[in-house]
Amino acid sequence: MHKYYLNHLQELEAEAIFVIREVVAQFDKPGILFSGGKDSIVVTHLAKKAFWPAKIPMPLIHIDTGHNFPETMAFRDNLVKELGVQLIVGSVEESLRKGRVKEETGINASRNALQITTLLDAIEEHKIDAAIGGARRDEEKARAKERFFSHRDDFGQWDPKNQRPELWNIFNGRKQMGEHFRVFPISNWTEMDVWNYIKEQNIAIPSLYFAHQRQVIYRDNTWLPLSEFVTLRQGESVEEKQIRFRTLGDITITGGIESDADTLEKIVAEVAAVRSTERGNRGDDKRSETSMEDRKKLGYF
Amino acid sequence: MQLLRFTTAGSVDDGKSTLIGRLLYDSKSIFEDQLAAVQLSSERKGLGHVDLSLLTDGLRAEREQGITIDVAYRYFATPKRKFIIADTPGHIQYTRNMVTGASTANLALILVDARNGIVEQTCRHSFIASLLQIPHLIVCINKMDLVDYAEDRFNQIVEEYTEFASKLDVTDIRYIPISALNGDNVVNRSENMDWYQGATLLNTLETIHIASDYNHIDGRFPVQTIIRPHSDEYHDYRGYAGRVAGGIFRPGDKVTVLPSGLSSKIKSIDTFGGAVEEAFPPMSVSITLEDDIDISRGDMIVKQNNQPHVSQEVDMMVCWLNNRPMQQGAKYYLRHTSREVRSVIKEVVYKIDINTLHRMEGDKEIKMNDIARVRLRTTQPLMLDAYRKNRSTGSLILVDESTNETVAAGMVVDSFNN
Repeated sequence: MHKYYLNHLQELEAEAIFVIREVVAQFDKPGILFSGGKDSIVVTHLAKKAFWPAKIPMPLIHIDTGHNFPETMAFRDNLVKELGVQLIVGSVEESLRKGRVKEETGINASRNALQITTLLDAIEEHKIDAAIGGARRDEEKARAKERFFSHRDDFGQWDPKNQRPELWNIFNGRKQMGEHFRVFPISNWTEMDVWNYIKEQNIAIPSLYFAHQRQVIYRDNTWLPLSEFVTLRQGESVEEKQIRFRTLGDITITGGIESDADTLEKIVAEVAAVRSTERGNRGDDKRSETSMEDRKKLGYF
Repeated sequence: MQLLRFTTAGSVDDGKSTLIGRLLYDSKSIFEDQLAAVQLSSERKGLGHVDLSLLTDGLRAEREQGITIDVAYRYFATPKRKFIIADTPGHIQYTRNMVTGASTANLALILVDARNGIVEQTCRHSFIASLLQIPHLIVCINKMDLVDYAEDRFNQIVEEYTEFASKLDVTDIRYIPISALNGDNVVNRSENMDWYQGATLLNTLETIHIASDYNHIDGRFPVQTIIRPHSDEYHDYRGYAGRVAGGIFRPGDKVTVLPSGLSSKIKSIDTFGGAVEEAFPPMSVSITLEDDIDISRGDMIVKQNNQPHVSQEVDMMVCWLNNRPMQQGAKYYLRHTSREVRSVIKEVVYKIDINTLHRMEGDKEIKMNDIARVRLRTTQPLMLDAYRKNRSTGSLILVDESTNETVAAGMVVDSFNN
């Protein structure tokens, strides 16, 4: 006897594929925001499945802060080659050179907020009308309020108090000239779902997610990777630790955790046992209680 | 592991946050840094207890005003199932949010305060759950600790609710006596209510049969987009991509494409992982046909011997979602499955008082949060099923032509005479 139901990962996959296909059907120039992190890798994998045997009919868009993990860049270039898709790079360095943004100064300066301008410039330059992202509702409280199809006005801004209600699986992508949408196909996935899916589908991810030896500095309760962009502060020292990263972002603000999880099986087990959220090691979220919402309103991912 | 989506609704006082907090906490879905942040915020606000609503009241305005503005989605899992809670606020834009949360739910949790019994809000929740055809209802009679865990009180409320529910269109209703605060019958069995022999809330959520919530009878496949690889290997490939909205499709099935009425046979059902022998809801697949016929987005592939109602007249219940009232005679974009047409409101038949369920035939002004029966006409035919029969092919939204906002949710009423 057949049982006509899907398990939870199959159902989440079917939902995400449906959403990605809706984007391609409803918009003229969609693109996938690709950070090199696991969530955007999963979204790209889902897009590959959604249009097979055709290629993914839209470009990948990478917002490059200039402060990258070299491993992420190599991974990105390989993937783009393998998929045969176009890559659009929005460069924060270039935004700085053109004077569109100014480097932050002070003790916790980062290029995190600068990405907003670069992203919006890239969207405008390439006339992108729907940018697909890997954000999930379980990640952060402002993201918990996101729609699958999230409207942005012609300044690229999000108005969380005035969002379109989203019913059943009917998505309203209607917009005026100059406006665009952000679309989040894996809204309903949790960190656990993402890892289980990566394991089940055997999806390639950057080596940074696996436990490895690395030179790190202990700062703000997390292990910050040593790189050319980090200067030691008083009392800090470089140590060699076995760590892995739970999220990947700009190298200057992404902290690692001590871990010996060097296989997907061990990572899944570790995620199941761990008692803090994955963004707990992200400096960008710690600036205030609503720092994610504040950045999102301006046009952040 | 299956996925169960459920909705909760209510105000601060009925213990909803406490109940959700307990489900999340006891299933270890609240992380230490989240709990620490909420503890800190609660202290800063001078609250004597940890306010779990702060976990998802994430927007600045919500935190400032201490209210939930929007549907909040929360996630938790047990070894048996994964759960998505659509948690809707009890006061502001109540109906609109509840309808949104209910539209994708398999199950609704209705909370009743054992001291107060059935109140207006209980009726509203229940009516919306029934209108949106949520297949399962669990009535949690909460705060049993405050009525001395009395079986009499529980039975009284069950009787009262059963009588009210006879007016509703819900078949699966269960009653559980709980105390969310003390945990009785939430995750663990209560030691204070020996007289209750039924399952705990979590156990019910984990085991309730949801596999038949989809329609597996009437084959419906709305076409989302066409896949044409233009590659050497797949030179003539033409796949109709979509998500099965009803029935079970197999290669060899005789199908009709609507609205054109052209017929063919299914050649293959493809996925990235390979061709499949069966496709059923809610699978996302690509269908190829034996014949080369003209099909585009918005068309529907159906079984030849079982077809939906093709019509330009729609008789439906609507819930109005927008600040701007419905304009009779005005035109709206209408979205139904993957199809978009223009439509005009022909008639408001009646409005419903959602507290008493009475029909108000004289009142024709439809404002935000109103529920009404409406007839409209479309420029192009739609392929409709009654919402009762199929929540996918029986649901639609209306979009304002000037603001592009989603202004109404519609559920097709079974009034076809075919």
